[in-house]
Amino acid sequence: MKPAPFDYVAAASLEEAVAALAAAEGEARVLAGGQTLGPMLNMRLAMPSRLVDVGRIASLKRIGESGTKLVIGSGVTHAMLEDRSDPSPTVRLMCQVASTIAYRAVRTRGTIGGSLAHADPAADWITALMLLEAELTILGPPGRRTVPMRDFMRGAFATALGPADVLEAIALVKLSPKARWGYCKLARKSGEFADALGAVVLDPARALARIVVGALGGAPLSLPVLAERVAREGSGAATFENAREAVATAAPGLDAVDLQLHSAAVRRAILQALAS
Amino acid sequence: MSGYGKPGSGIGARLLRKEDARHLHGRATFVGDIALPGLMEIAFLRSPLAHARIKSIRVPPALRENVYTAVELGGVKPMQANNSIPGFKSSDYPILATGKVRFAGEPVALCLGASRALAEDRCQALALDLEELPPVVDALAARRSGAALVHEAWGDNLFLVTSTDTRFDELSGQADVVVKRQYKLARQCMVPMEGKGALAYWDDRADQLVVYTSTQVPHIIRTGLSLCLGLDQGKIRVIAPDVGGGFGFKCILQPEEVAVAFLALTRRHPVRWTEDRREHLVAAANAREHHYDVTAYADRRGRLLALDAEITVDVGAYSVWPFSAGLEAAQAGGNLPGPYAFDGYRCKTYSVATNKPPFTPYRGVARPGVCFAIELTMDAIARAVGREPKEVRRENLVPASAMPYNNVTKKHYDSGDFAKSLDLAAEKIGLAAVRARQKGAEPDGRLIGIGFSTYTEQTAHGTKVFAAWGIPLVPGYEQAAVRLTPDGGLEVRVGVQSHGQGMETTLAQIAHEILGIDPADIKVVHGDTALTPYSTGTYASRSIVMAGGAVSRSCQTLAERIKRIAAHLLQCRAEEVHFVRGEVHGPRGHVTVREVAHVWYLRPENLPEEVDPGGLEATVGYKPKVDSGAFSYATHAAVVAVDPEIGSVEILDYVIVEDCGTLVNPMVVEGQTYGGTAQGIGTALYEEMAYDGAGQPLASTLADYLLPGAAEVPRLRMFHMETPSPYTEHGIKGVGEGGAIAPPGAIVNAINDAIRHLGAELGDIPVTPRRLIEALMKAQAGAARGAGK
Repeated sequence: MKPAPFDYVAAASLEEAVAALAAAEGEARVLAGGQTLGPMLNMRLAMPSRLVDVGRIASLKRIGESGTKLVIGSGVTHAMLEDRSDPSPTVRLMCQVASTIAYRAVRTRGTIGGSLAHADPAADWITALMLLEAELTILGPPGRRTVPMRDFMRGAFATALGPADVLEAIALVKLSPKARWGYCKLARKSGEFADALGAVVLDPARALARIVVGALGGAPLSLPVLAERVAREGSGAATFENAREAVATAAPGLDAVDLQLHSAAVRRAILQALAS
Repeated sequence: MSGYGKPGSGIGARLLRKEDARHLHGRATFVGDIALPGLMEIAFLRSPLAHARIKSIRVPPALRENVYTAVELGGVKPMQANNSIPGFKSSDYPILATGKVRFAGEPVALCLGASRALAEDRCQALALDLEELPPVVDALAARRSGAALVHEAWGDNLFLVTSTDTRFDELSGQADVVVKRQYKLARQCMVPMEGKGALAYWDDRADQLVVYTSTQVPHIIRTGLSLCLGLDQGKIRVIAPDVGGGFGFKCILQPEEVAVAFLALTRRHPVRWTEDRREHLVAAANAREHHYDVTAYADRRGRLLALDAEITVDVGAYSVWPFSAGLEAAQAGGNLPGPYAFDGYRCKTYSVATNKPPFTPYRGVARPGVCFAIELTMDAIARAVGREPKEVRRENLVPASAMPYNNVTKKHYDSGDFAKSLDLAAEKIGLAAVRARQKGAEPDGRLIGIGFSTYTEQTAHGTKVFAAWGIPLVPGYEQAAVRLTPDGGLEVRVGVQSHGQGMETTLAQIAHEILGIDPADIKVVHGDTALTPYSTGTYASRSIVMAGGAVSRSCQTLAERIKRIAAHLLQCRAEEVHFVRGEVHGPRGHVTVREVAHVWYLRPENLPEEVDPGGLEATVGYKPKVDSGAFSYATHAAVVAVDPEIGSVEILDYVIVEDCGTLVNPMVVEGQTYGGTAQGIGTALYEEMAYDGAGQPLASTLADYLLPGAAEVPRLRMFHMETPSPYTEHGIKGVGEGGAIAPPGAIVNAINDAIRHLGAELGDIPVTPRRLIEALMKAQAGAARGAGK
């Protein structure tokens, strides 16, 4: 390791982590799995004055279910999500998403919370949790608050997290057992960050139809008109032209190649969902 | 082809590699594993700009003792790698940038610290004031007059321009078909698993500077350090410990290792530099970037009559020592005709200076580029005449009956049956079945294509070839030293270096072939100037031919001496004894080699009067009968599935039919070929160091610079042919580079075959989804325009 000097705090609790962040002079960073921050420190692309390690806080590593809700601690690793055997659609979807992130060694250490907090537009969880309308619990100096996924990511690598905030948990309403989903990640090689993402859930029991396009310049975008058509008309609506029109309308800045890739990802996710 | 091989442990046996145990158990010693008391680590301050004048480097007074700029390195000479080809422009390659910086990542200053982190802290405390100059980023634009200049004194950006013309006008005039194409290869990094690293200290007892460096060429590095430091070669010992891959990146003297040696020499404490991945990607993107303008002249059947080529190599800022900035283009111009028989050739090459890292010979040296160019051209000719590319290719190949054959660039092909390798590849991959499959639509909408690529690989080219280039290094006789130990084991010392080639095993197999000693009892020593005979080292697929031949010859000399002692012990004449599996048999009994060694070393009173006083130790030099190179060759065949909607390419099947002469160890040949092919797949589909208009490299991590991983390299199906070279010991040819040469040609021919009916064709690699989709969009727009007319 060859990072710039920093001061290191291993927080025993979430409250301690928030206090340590708040007390830091200059820029403090939260260290979770370290799979992105580690290399950034080594390359001195990040030079925080303090690192607050939340890796020892046991409560962050829990996955809990309460009634219709699934609550995932921010310190849960991709591997823990990949390895769940529950056959419910929500868990299967998350399992699929987790399994496409980097490679197993990275998944063993990297966390869902770390990925969200880093907010790389091409990262998988950003898009998947937007699709699942997750709500994020954040602890900061004034206390605990809940932020819906659509308000969390404010742009590339920019989130609603303040300098002394720690992401605590991700809560989402479980899909009903007959819900169908599709997730299409276009990447140049297995485990790479996505060039284009398409994600779809069709859950008539909850009157839910959502399509999200991700790996854009900023936060992923919802395609509600297309989602409604697909829910109504089924595969007849899943044409490439429809997908392209929806993506072009939502993300007008894409060049021809990116538009084609994102439209293809969306269409393939729809076809997957309809075929499931 | 797991079954291929001979029984036993000698030449041809599939012997497991002796060196693998320490690697698999994590007990190897790389430069980074060495611990020494008082060791200080080095960090380099590198230029953030591609081209700029250095106005000042401000060093905080408290740091002065541990900071060096070009001023503090004043006594060190720059590297100067000239080339005697007329017109070559000489330049200095400074150890630390002097006056100007000429590429982003060029070392400008260095800092020492007790750890790398502390050294990096010191680098950050330096203030570098640069005056930005217009960058030279595009080699084609840099050729034009009025371009900004990398080396002002030259008046242009041309390291070297060459041109040749052999019966071009005469033969091109007879053509029925003319095919014009442009091709481009991206700039690449070699990305060995272990980056570069060097550690040096002064040894008072030996009165020597000891330099551990991750290199392929320890003896050459000693010469280079001696030139730069003005220190006698006897005062320098260079050791290459375990080296984690070289690929050519480690066959040159690098400024960082000169700096490490200088610091150890002047400060008299150990110092080390360890290249990190980011430094490698940014400061060592130094390979493959060629541009081709090719016009082929063929008859109605597609028989190539003449070829016209303009080759531009983006050589970067400096000439690397010792191979020079002219080697790549010289190799390109000389090798473009490949395995084909034609007589008209006109070729102009440009070696262009740009504000990029200095070009270094990467596995295959120019041949991946020329093979890509000629193989795509061969398919383009086939399309122009409406014939099966495999058949057109076959008709153009040098026939086996013409061997040995001097081609249009005077390359002397020693042996082989190129057409047979092509036929076998077509049979194994099922060309007819693929053509049948293409008639129907794929259920997933993908498009199937098949492509071939046949090449020759000049290996172990020697004195004459290198002397013609006139670079500071010309290999001569290669020597090996062998010594029987008192208990009958064998020590083999060679000046080449093994860093993945498995030579600790294959050279032992050759020695076993001659002496019958169990390879487990044969120790191959390499990579240390103090312990091994001089050698120019490991590059140009030369080691198994040159060092292998030398080991064979020195073992033969040793065998004669062993026989004479054995004959005395057996009370017969030396002509009456012969070797049988580590024993020497006479008419009335036998002795073991171990017994012979025992007598020589421990019971000399039992030796005959007329014994050879040279004893059981011999150093013999070797060179092939004809040293212009033993030519290996192969055909690669690929079947791909192209998804036109997302621009993806999947390799469905990949067949290799190779002939590297006598196989010393088929498993090692296969390993070399698999690794090279993976790199070739990288060249074809993934690897690219892009630069922006300011000359900034756009990839600095392996997330941006994509390498093929396990999931991207398909199962390679490999088949062997064995045509022994008539010129080399045991008929061995080199094979180190071949795997990397053919894949871009085979894969891109397959892609073009798949999208041909859409009117699209690609000539730029890597074939990324973006390039593929853009080519399809362009073809579609062209078709739409055509329909509108």
